[in-house]
Amino acid sequence: MTEPLEPEAAVVVSGVDKVFNVGSSDEVTALSGIDLTIGAGEFVSLIGPSGCGKSTLLRLIGDLLTPSVGEVTVFGKPAHAARMDQDYGMVFQHAGLFDWRRVAANIELPLELRGWSRADRADRSAEMLELVRLPEFGGHYPRQLSGGMQQRVSIARALSFQPKLLLMDEPFGALDEMTREHMQLELLRIWRETGTTVVFVTHSISESTFLSSRVVVLSARPGRIHSVVDVDLGDRTDATREDPAFFAKATEIREALRADKDDG
Amino acid sequence: MIRGRLAGIGPPVVVGVAGFGLWEGIVWGFGIREFLLPRPSSIMDRLVENWPVLRHAGWETGRIAVSGLVAGVLAGVVLALVTTRFRTLNEGLTPLAIAVNATPIVALAPIFNAWFGITGTLSNQAVVVAIVFFPVFINTARGLTEVHPDELELMRSYAASEWAILREVRIPNALPFFANALRVVAPLSVIAAIVAEYFGGPQDRIGNIITSSAAFARYDVAWAAIAVASAVGLGLFAAALLLERLVMPWRLVDGGSENHNTPGREK
Repeated sequence: MTEPLEPEAAVVVSGVDKVFNVGSSDEVTALSGIDLTIGAGEFVSLIGPSGCGKSTLLRLIGDLLTPSVGEVTVFGKPAHAARMDQDYGMVFQHAGLFDWRRVAANIELPLELRGWSRADRADRSAEMLELVRLPEFGGHYPRQLSGGMQQRVSIARALSFQPKLLLMDEPFGALDEMTREHMQLELLRIWRETGTTVVFVTHSISESTFLSSRVVVLSARPGRIHSVVDVDLGDRTDATREDPAFFAKATEIREALRADKDDG
Repeated sequence: MIRGRLAGIGPPVVVGVAGFGLWEGIVWGFGIREFLLPRPSSIMDRLVENWPVLRHAGWETGRIAVSGLVAGVLAGVVLALVTTRFRTLNEGLTPLAIAVNATPIVALAPIFNAWFGITGTLSNQAVVVAIVFFPVFINTARGLTEVHPDELELMRSYAASEWAILREVRIPNALPFFANALRVVAPLSVIAAIVAEYFGGPQDRIGNIITSSAAFARYDVAWAAIAVASAVGLGLFAAALLLERLVMPWRLVDGGSENHNTPGREK
């Protein structure tokens, strides 16, 4: 399957707190004392109850938010520098495709912003459409596509400039169960083919178990890392979902989440 | 699609023709006197009789409406772009614009005559500009600012400049808002021009023909002038619709994603 993991760390979060509305009456500590290292090529899920700050943590890694305390480095440089260098691609729960751009033009948007030539952009978007298995849809408008197809395009857009890191915020949360399971397999295939590091926010225990090499369980108010569960289930297939080892891991994660609830 | 459009034209044509027939029948059947409500057929006669005068008037009034429309739309769009760029300006100006928009601007027509001259067309154009400006400004500014937060985060993740965000996200996002405003103000510009003409400006225009015909109890001629005015208004409305379709082709495609086959999903 994958190459042996490189020793280099993709993401290092050290001693990070995030406080919103500092000094006002609605001040809230979203994250407290977060230390997390994600190796290059890993697939790491962040899971926890709503309000645990998992999306906030993702945005700190992406420099869409800045930590109140502590620091975040991405590929050895400050998160801000990584964002400026466009070292990561981002996928949201809502595909967020631009209605006014055709599918291929949506995928090419980050390339356009980087000043790629028209021919290079067309080549890359065709390649990306192959990767997400929508080769004949480049000329469609997003609203002509189903939710699952839109989300594939969103993934293609995030990967178009071949970032080494993919940040995903509940990307399959709005999809139906069947589509979601299919998209999970597709994502794992893409992850294997591209060797990209993935940080994946979800609130689904089975999803995090199925996808990840490691699952980070967060607790709420303030958001802390409760535990980190290694998931070694080998190559995932649809059969994995019915594997006793899969259930055992899912149970371990569920208990970690529940233990946290009992604490709080 | 063509057939669908023709089918869409059918019902209003039928209802319109039936409406005129009913109008004609009621005036004739109840013996309503012509100066209260002329029959469509006599309005048609007056229209043909006075065609050179009415055509000239419609053309001139149309020019006032269109020139004011273009100037008002440009001013509205430019100010919307400027206020979006500078947030404090936006916060100060937008509530003010909404308040001014709520005041009846046609009431200013006599004052505009004093400012811009009663014999020329400038005061009439100024009324049109003032009426057109606010809906365009308010709607366009909303479209430029009410952008989905995910879309802004996405652009920030690309380290996109403010200019790129404006070009790629805010302006396309504002187009439907702008189109809605345009659909409202296009016919409104004709109304504004005619009302302005009631108060001043050259005497060979639709507004003056309506007032002078009414003064001489030539109501059928007034109605013929109204028919010309509504044709001009309809023409501008149609132009606004056409522009909308040309500028936003993505809004014409069918959105029924469930009907599409989804290759790659099976297996």
